[in-house]
Amino acid sequence: MFFRTAWLVLRKDVAIEVKSLEVLTTTLFFAIACVLIFAFAFVKNGQAPEDAAAGILWIAIAFSGTLALGRTFERERYAETLRALLLAPAPRPALYVGKLLGMLALLASAELLLVPLIAFLFQAALFSRPLLLVGILAGGTIGFCAVGTLFAAMLVRARSRDVLLPILLYPITIPVIIGGVRGTAALLASPVDEPSAIMWIGILAAFDVVFVTLSLWTFEPLMTE
Amino acid sequence: MSVDFTSVQLVDVSRHFGRRRALSRVSLTASSGDILGLLGPNGAGKSTLITILATLATPSTGEVRYGDQPAARLGPALRIRIGLLAHELHLYPELSARQNLAFFAQLYGLDPRSTVGPALESAGLADRADEAVSGFSRGMRQRLALERALLHRPRLVLFDEPFTGLDDRASGLVADRLRALAAGGAIVVLATHDLDLADGLVTRVALVRNGKLVSDEPASSGLRARYRALIGAA
Repeated sequence: MFFRTAWLVLRKDVAIEVKSLEVLTTTLFFAIACVLIFAFAFVKNGQAPEDAAAGILWIAIAFSGTLALGRTFERERYAETLRALLLAPAPRPALYVGKLLGMLALLASAELLLVPLIAFLFQAALFSRPLLLVGILAGGTIGFCAVGTLFAAMLVRARSRDVLLPILLYPITIPVIIGGVRGTAALLASPVDEPSAIMWIGILAAFDVVFVTLSLWTFEPLMTE
Repeated sequence: MSVDFTSVQLVDVSRHFGRRRALSRVSLTASSGDILGLLGPNGAGKSTLITILATLATPSTGEVRYGDQPAARLGPALRIRIGLLAHELHLYPELSARQNLAFFAQLYGLDPRSTVGPALESAGLADRADEAVSGFSRGMRQRLALERALLHRPRLVLFDEPFTGLDDRASGLVADRLRALAAGGAIVVLATHDLDLADGLVTRVALVRNGKLVSDEPASSGLRARYRALIGAA
């Protein structure tokens, strides 16, 4: 029942997104705009500053992710469908997992676009160790979305949710963002600093376990008024 | 675990939101076959009561018993016996009527092939089943939301202002549906401002004012006069 419910919620979110393309286009547009602005600011005479790519990649992920979180849960606020989900006879954390998987899919598609774009504009060798890059992106994205999904769900009915979400989210996800930036920077070092990259993947995985566990544990009490 | 019950009982239920007291020591019982009308002015606590009965909120003090068990002991299985139709319709406007019903049917562990078709027929939307809900009128959405709330044949049926946006004919159909549900053994709790519709429909009346239960009595004719005497101008 748990995984079936999570799957149903994910499939429903994908079906809505396929019809409206609202969150995907907004997120991708914002992410690309963010990278282009940094490119205009930092790339001079075709030369990008060293180490900038890692920070810009994670700024774009964090900002576009925050936008996507807000929009995704705005959809559940309209017509109070989140309450209908909470009424389902499934363990309530399964709803959290379904929403989390939807957010991960959304940010993964943004990253599919962001990584080659940043690699091209900032001449960053992001693809030199593709498996390590995937590990760092996955670790950072899961940690960011785990906390973000919980907070966005909590704030669905708060009047100032758009202001509160980044205020709550960024301080708590700073370790994840730092891990993502340092891990990506290790991949961009010359020569590639593989031990550091692997260490950061391990740290990110540890954050992910803590954040997902805490979110699953607190979701039901936080969502019950 | 299969859960069923034939009565629901609020025992000394209070609910605070910060310093604001939304409900104060409300005790109330509704049994199978009852249509309990929760009546009262805006802000009286009717919706809070419905939310607590739906397990979406917990009482600050007191408890709700479904049969002889409190909600906490019954867990998620309790929710398959509860249906809620609130003022907000709990429908995804981007999805079609069929997709909405199929999603909720699957969420309740039902087979959408056997449940969605009859529900669409009952809502009178079979010929518009594949249109997005965003294109429906308020009345059509309300009918669809009613079917969504009843897909899983709940024992406890909670309605918060179910007549909003419905014309006289549609309101009459909803009222008939409520009677049929109660006759079939459901416990129907109806929060409404519409005394004219409640009169002759509800079998018991609970009048609520400022979070307090003012009266809990069998329904009788002259509901409006009784309301005016206990609550004030209707």
